[in-house]
Amino acid sequence: MPAKRIIPCLDVKDGRVVKGTNFVGLKDAGDAVELAALYSESGADELVFLDITATLERRKTIFVFVEEVAKAISIPFTVGGGISELSDIEKLLRAGADKVSLNSSIVRNPDFITEAAYRFGSQAVVAAIDVNFENGKYPVYVSGGKKRTDLEGFDWCKEVESLGAGEILLTSMHCDGTRRGFDIKFLTTLLGKVNIPVIASGGAGKKEHFLEAFKKAGVDACLAAGLFHFGELGIPELKEFLKINGVETRE
Amino acid sequence: MTGIIDYGAGNTASVGYALSRLEADFIVSSSVIELEKCDRLILPGVGSARFAMESLKEKGLIDLITAWERPFLGICLGMQLLFNHSEEGDTSCLGIIPGECLLFDRNKTKVPLMGWNKVTFNNLFDLFAGVKNGEWFYFAHSYCLPLTEFTIAESENDGLYSAAIRKDNFFGVQFHPEKSSIQGKKLLDNFVKMEVKC
Repeated sequence: MPAKRIIPCLDVKDGRVVKGTNFVGLKDAGDAVELAALYSESGADELVFLDITATLERRKTIFVFVEEVAKAISIPFTVGGGISELSDIEKLLRAGADKVSLNSSIVRNPDFITEAAYRFGSQAVVAAIDVNFENGKYPVYVSGGKKRTDLEGFDWCKEVESLGAGEILLTSMHCDGTRRGFDIKFLTTLLGKVNIPVIASGGAGKKEHFLEAFKKAGVDACLAAGLFHFGELGIPELKEFLKINGVETRE
Repeated sequence: MTGIIDYGAGNTASVGYALSRLEADFIVSSSVIELEKCDRLILPGVGSARFAMESLKEKGLIDLITAWERPFLGICLGMQLLFNHSEEGDTSCLGIIPGECLLFDRNKTKVPLMGWNKVTFNNLFDLFAGVKNGEWFYFAHSYCLPLTEFTIAESENDGLYSAAIRKDNFFGVQFHPEKSSIQGKKLLDNFVKMEVKC
């Protein structure tokens, strides 16, 4: 069986990694290409980089930048942010990305998942889903967490699976930046509903949070940003902790 | 010189960057004339089997591949295409090696398989020289080749499946060596240094 994965997320703006708290109040955490190479060497299993300004400002992900990352590292990585055309995906994959993550564009046009999966394979198509817990429900948000949709979190996750997405990157907005742990309750329920890999995102603050997400919820991968970028938790240390506690990761 | 076959269904850039990191000579081409001059060929592959076979046909690359007598490496879908048939889109493939690729059993495992999996191999084969047995490689696939007499390395998911295969000069790896860190680099280095007669 595949190992559980640890994925640092590089939110990118103008070629620099930034990480906010609940999507506002951005802090600069360093050069993305340099960080990518560093993570690759320190045992990160893959990387996600999201052009967080893309949807809001209609700015396309910088293809040259993806190429630089691909030249620098020899682990897989996902690119997201403002991708709405098959030609965008083709350019990103050809530049060296392994997967694309789609968020707002698939809410606007769910068939885009199916088209992308047919053309590039499900393994290249990650559905990035942002949910926020409010009034006992989990509505789906788009546009970098700025716009609420009529979609319900669990239903949308099941739908992207049936449309051909190869993986779900689930961000719990209400946990994001809090450092109080992943939304174990939502993730546990979700894992019982879908049969594609799920990456948990939002809320990682310490090693125990990862263990909880892997062991209790059964997620396939955990994603975090600030925690890693500011050197608060090293990936070798995290993996050693997981190993001691019976979670198999890549050594 | 290594030729990376460019047919619109492969992550040629990533394979190219990996060979650049090895300082190996290579070209990325869809031209039969150019590829014929190469000492060895790599067939990358991402996407669906049907789309990939149609692209190979359209670019007139089928005969070049099936008649190839020097070292050849198929990666991921590029490995699956070497066999007779794929359940994916009920596709007739290159037919160089007998066998059929099947979808993982959705009742037993998540599909697609995404991530790092352990690869155990038979030490007799040069492709894995210098790689630790049981090392982790990166996989991303929904279809797999069951174990066959041509299997030279295996991994486990819903059961055992072929992680690497060989028939004569044709090698195939289900994982992505170009994305498999140091061990992937070693495997590619072994391939680009392989004798033309293997």
